[in-house]
Amino acid sequence: MTQPADQTKTKPILRMKNLNKRFGGVQALKDVSFDVFPGDVLGIIGPNGSGKTTIVNSITGFIKPTSGKVYFKDKDITGKPPHKVADMGITRTFQIMRPYYSLPAYKNLVIPLFSPRAKRTGGWRGGGNLGNRQTIAIDILEEIGFERDSYIPFKKTSTLPTGYLKRLELARCLALKPEIIICDEIFSGLSMSEIASMVPLIERLQDEGITIVMIEHRLRELFQVANRVMVLNFGEKLIEGTPDLVMADEKVKAAYFGSKEVEEVMTYA
Amino acid sequence: MEILVYGTINSVSLALMGLGFAMVYGISRVPNFAHGALYVICGFVTWTLFQKLGLPYFIAIILSLGVNGVLGMLMYRFVLIRVRGMNISEIIASYAIGLIILEGLRFGGFRGMTYTLPVFMEGSLMIGGVPVDYHRIVMTIIGILLVAGLWLFTHHTRIGLALQGMAQDERAALMLGIDSDFMAMLAMGFGAVLAGVAATLIMPLGNIVVESGYHVLIMSIAVCIVGGLGSWMGAFFAAFIIGFAQILTVVYIGSHFQMVVAILAIILTLILKPSGLFGQQKELEERV
Amino acid sequence: MSSQHARKERIDRGIKVRSDGLYALMSLRELSYLTLPRFILIAGMMLLPVLMPDMYWQRVISIVCIYTILAISFDFLAHYVGLVSLGGAFFIGTGGYTAGILNTYFGLPPILTVPLAAIIGGLICTLMLLPCLPLKGVYFAIITLMYPLFMARIIEAFDIFGGTDGLIGIDNFSSAFVEQYLVVAMVLMFLSGIRRFVTTDMGLIFTAIMDNDQAVKASGINIAKYKALAVFIASAMGCMAGACLTHIYMWTGISQFALDFSILPIAATVIGGSGTLIGPLLGCLILVPVSELLRDFGTLRIVFYASILVGFILFRSDGIMVFGQRKYEQFERWTKI
Repeated sequence: MTQPADQTKTKPILRMKNLNKRFGGVQALKDVSFDVFPGDVLGIIGPNGSGKTTIVNSITGFIKPTSGKVYFKDKDITGKPPHKVADMGITRTFQIMRPYYSLPAYKNLVIPLFSPRAKRTGGWRGGGNLGNRQTIAIDILEEIGFERDSYIPFKKTSTLPTGYLKRLELARCLALKPEIIICDEIFSGLSMSEIASMVPLIERLQDEGITIVMIEHRLRELFQVANRVMVLNFGEKLIEGTPDLVMADEKVKAAYFGSKEVEEVMTYA
Repeated sequence: MEILVYGTINSVSLALMGLGFAMVYGISRVPNFAHGALYVICGFVTWTLFQKLGLPYFIAIILSLGVNGVLGMLMYRFVLIRVRGMNISEIIASYAIGLIILEGLRFGGFRGMTYTLPVFMEGSLMIGGVPVDYHRIVMTIIGILLVAGLWLFTHHTRIGLALQGMAQDERAALMLGIDSDFMAMLAMGFGAVLAGVAATLIMPLGNIVVESGYHVLIMSIAVCIVGGLGSWMGAFFAAFIIGFAQILTVVYIGSHFQMVVAILAIILTLILKPSGLFGQQKELEERV
Repeated sequence: MSSQHARKERIDRGIKVRSDGLYALMSLRELSYLTLPRFILIAGMMLLPVLMPDMYWQRVISIVCIYTILAISFDFLAHYVGLVSLGGAFFIGTGGYTAGILNTYFGLPPILTVPLAAIIGGLICTLMLLPCLPLKGVYFAIITLMYPLFMARIIEAFDIFGGTDGLIGIDNFSSAFVEQYLVVAMVLMFLSGIRRFVTTDMGLIFTAIMDNDQAVKASGINIAKYKALAVFIASAMGCMAGACLTHIYMWTGISQFALDFSILPIAATVIGGSGTLIGPLLGCLILVPVSELLRDFGTLRIVFYASILVGFILFRSDGIMVFGQRKYEQFERWTKI
């Protein structure tokens, strides 16, 4: 676990205020408010159907919250279309991976490098506006763990294994030179060794000053990287705080009642 | 009063046209663009059996409905089954089959004014000061009975429930031992029979012409889109909306605009609410 | 050898492997392996009008080219942007009427009306299709199928632009030579242009939208803008074809919104090979002359190409061109298991 950001001095970079979302008769989010501070790794956990992905979708503009506000750097971004939100620097990965299957892996990154934001900022390490997007794409892929010397960056995306696809999702976010990355279950579907190699990546991104929000089911790995954790249950915020605090909470235990993993994590902690 | 009476009649005939299309799409997710062709071919088969072979009218109708049903099933079994799930191929393939049938009929000499079917009952009746012939009344009553019958069928019989199950979730239905290909074939057969029923009820009011195939296709698409693709009860209600809108335009603007109304209804519905007025599909998946 | 004990292997020809990169310049043979098909295409298209025996068949070549342009626009929209438009007639009709109106009402010569019709017609089509762009799959297909019918009914109902008779007395191209080489040049231009375009960075965005529009949005790209651009490109091509058609027949009318223009390009694309861009040309070269031969039999030609279409969708859905390319680039052999 890295050191938590000093929350008393900095202003929150992302704020939710009383977020509500109804799908027909189902209340997916009930008055959820929380702040994300620069440099945070915020973990959002909760049982299935507790509204985690709905939060991601509301922040990034894929759905419009029924009521409530989302602020990014004190600017109201509620209900803005997804491409505008991404243009401001809030990027996301998808729970169900969404690579462009008919393109080779490195050409997947040409798309974000072509966006207005990448043209402005130059992409992850800069230079993206110079027109040589395919080379920069391969550079980003190498940083994220695609071996350059192998043929992997040039393979058709449809032939890549899950681990690489998850990295590709992250790379797509990085190509935009993001300020916030929201990872929707980036560890799920990966083997233990793949996760073990992803964790340092996340930590490195945090060191580079990117704020990260992680939606996760793999609690053990999440608690390694997160400095704050929020627990959702049936669309409501149960508790928010440091991993130790959350793990000790009775309500959380009740929400996860029967979930072996929590007990495991708790004994492990 | 005139508007009310003719609006109702027009609406029921639209509903009859659209039911088959809605049924097939609702159950098997196949947009059957050969629907209009099936409609026309039923008319010509009835005509051939009745006028050429001299069979009794009622038997000719039953036979031609059977022929239509078999035709629909064959179409699914030999053509559409191979492109199942590829929406665009389904549209193109079924539309091409429709074209083959319609233009083949036209090439085979089925054109002109000579092809008519007799009405079920001669004479007319005054309803609220508006003369309505018996056939239209019979058509309206049969149409409404048919919808009621379909509702009972899909909700209270084994096959009907199986069809409903498949319409809701094909994979789950497969797991419960429902043969989805067989059911889809059955659905196509039903759709074809419904197109035939519409044909035998509506065609005696005019001539049997090949062009009505395209007309029926557009009308049934209009009804189904406005009602929400895949919901045949929605299609029934949408038929009333479009039916009355058409009669109103005929009365107040001009008969040229009848078709414009239907097409405009399709375009507007798709732009404003693609899931249709009564559709239950998730809007998010279609639009976002 | 029965298939139980053997399987078919497909191996790239050595010459393909060697000529994929820069090495192609090393020998004349490898160079010609790459350039010969392209040379045959260009030379063949240039020679076609000359080789035709009489005026009638030269006219057929023009019609082939017009359908080809339309089919390329369909292929581009369907297989590189993911918008399956069944409304080729909408583009042809809009372009045809625009050219006709510019020519008869404003007296512009064909040399101006054709490019103007492409731009103005393209804008009209794009504006009208703009609200439908969020639609996908069946819904977009149905709505594009409805548009040409809608336009025809509107013109009929309001009795504008000559009503059911259409506009007559439109100027012809100055000579048959100009007419044919204009359309042939347009086909070659669009063919190579679109082929280049889809591999540029911007072209990749279209492919990405087809694969997965959500991820494109999450990448900070306004997909509505790019979809509109794609529709504009496709509809401008279609309108240009329509304008040429109007000037060739010296007439524009409701029948330019007829189903022929929607269904034949699709049939040609499916037969020739979807997503190859050259396939539509091949398909049109086969379908249009045959349907001209069958013109005496009236509607039989529609039956004919609809049957071919069904046959290809069912049994050879990748089309002739994909098959031919495979034969050219790979050899097949049976190997024992």
